[in-house]
Amino acid sequence: MGDPQATAQTKESPAKVIGMAVIVAFVCALVVSTASVLLKPIQDAHLEAEREARMAAMLDTLPGMRELLEEAGAENLETRLVDLSSGEFVASDDPAAYDEMEAAGDPDAAVPVPSELDVAGLGQRGPNAAVHILEGNGRVQLVVLPVRGTGYQSMIRALLALEADLRTVAALTILEQGETPGLGARIEDPEWQALWPGKEVANEAGEIVISVVKGEATKPYEVDGITGATQTGSGVANMLRYWLGPHGYGPFLERLRSGGL
Amino acid sequence: MAQAWNRLIAPLIDENPVTRQILGVCSALAVTTSVNTALMMSVALTVVICLSSVLISLLRHHIPNVIRLIVQITIIASLVIVIDELMQAFAFELSRALSIFVGLIVTNCLVLGRAEAFAMHNPPGRSFMDALGNGLGYSLILLIVGGLRELLGQGSLLGYFIFLPVSEGGWFQPLGLMQLAPSAFFIIGFLIWGIRSYWTRQAEPAKFPLVRERAGS
Repeated sequence: MGDPQATAQTKESPAKVIGMAVIVAFVCALVVSTASVLLKPIQDAHLEAEREARMAAMLDTLPGMRELLEEAGAENLETRLVDLSSGEFVASDDPAAYDEMEAAGDPDAAVPVPSELDVAGLGQRGPNAAVHILEGNGRVQLVVLPVRGTGYQSMIRALLALEADLRTVAALTILEQGETPGLGARIEDPEWQALWPGKEVANEAGEIVISVVKGEATKPYEVDGITGATQTGSGVANMLRYWLGPHGYGPFLERLRSGGL
Repeated sequence: MAQAWNRLIAPLIDENPVTRQILGVCSALAVTTSVNTALMMSVALTVVICLSSVLISLLRHHIPNVIRLIVQITIIASLVIVIDELMQAFAFELSRALSIFVGLIVTNCLVLGRAEAFAMHNPPGRSFMDALGNGLGYSLILLIVGGLRELLGQGSLLGYFIFLPVSEGGWFQPLGLMQLAPSAFFIIGFLIWGIRSYWTRQAEPAKFPLVRERAGS
């Protein structure tokens, strides 16, 4: 065993303490960054595949969607980048690669959301958004808008499809959420999402009135809430209210309404 | 050998980390809504605790006492990040379901507890057996709780319906409470009660006598 006092001394000497700390930190940092860099492409491929699968699943839930696509001679929807504040298209080589949420985290690009308009609890948003448009007979037949907002305990991301009148919901697909399993997380259930098609997001006056109500919906702009998930439900409604409002896609939708593309 | 074997068996019930030592209860509440997530969490935790115990045991003569906790945490945290990255790459769906809870293995007292209490003082072989035993003991409780919660809360086990719920045209009305965290508390409480009633020597004597009568007030 030797002299335990002596080994304890050398083990506790300041040089040894600092040396050990540096070595452990360096080795750990090396292992973690290697794993992160090597696995990144595989992880990205999963994320991309998931996004595409959700998009395809949503198109399949829309009645007559495939026929519309065939009629328009398009394989898929056309993706365009929109400047949210002006509502104009922005030229881009790869609009589908643009991630609004990522841009919102970039201090140079992010646009702060005025607190009185920030019903979705975003804080800031990206300057642009990648929308998907189906054009046919010279006018918009369907527009798919990516939206996101704060639910009860997580950021909810979704795709909202509007019909040609830009007022009727064609479909709502939740892409990502981390709500309470069994309660709020049920917004991912196809049964709940099936309640959305045909709902109206705005009233006659053009105000955005879509809401998720407790119990049974009675009006065309109300959707049944999920029992035990009131906050998640209002989170979804507030998300749509923000994104369809003047600070979200409002200018873009207004432009589509008044003059097509 | 017998001693090593004992290190593996003891934590299963006798010194079970959850029901005896009451460690790792936070994650036991969070990930036990279904058997699938409980199983994945169990595997992830067992792998992390085994690797961390062996590594820390190998380094135990070189870890200065004054910074031992932060060295242990750094090693455990790095392992957890690597496992999380691996899961995101090769078990994408499951990593989605477990989300932040894999990352929270770092804060699981069980991992640090075994590193500090056992691996710092024992050779790698025995530390590994001890970590494996504790990982399995934790897994056992997680699977029992996850099984009960999924069966009663959704009528299914591993996603297959055992009791066909009303929503699927069956007869079973799922108990919503079972999907919420408090139900895990109840189940773990009942488990502890059951275990300590059967193996009575697990029951701890009261640290303070209950005051039966308050004099003067």
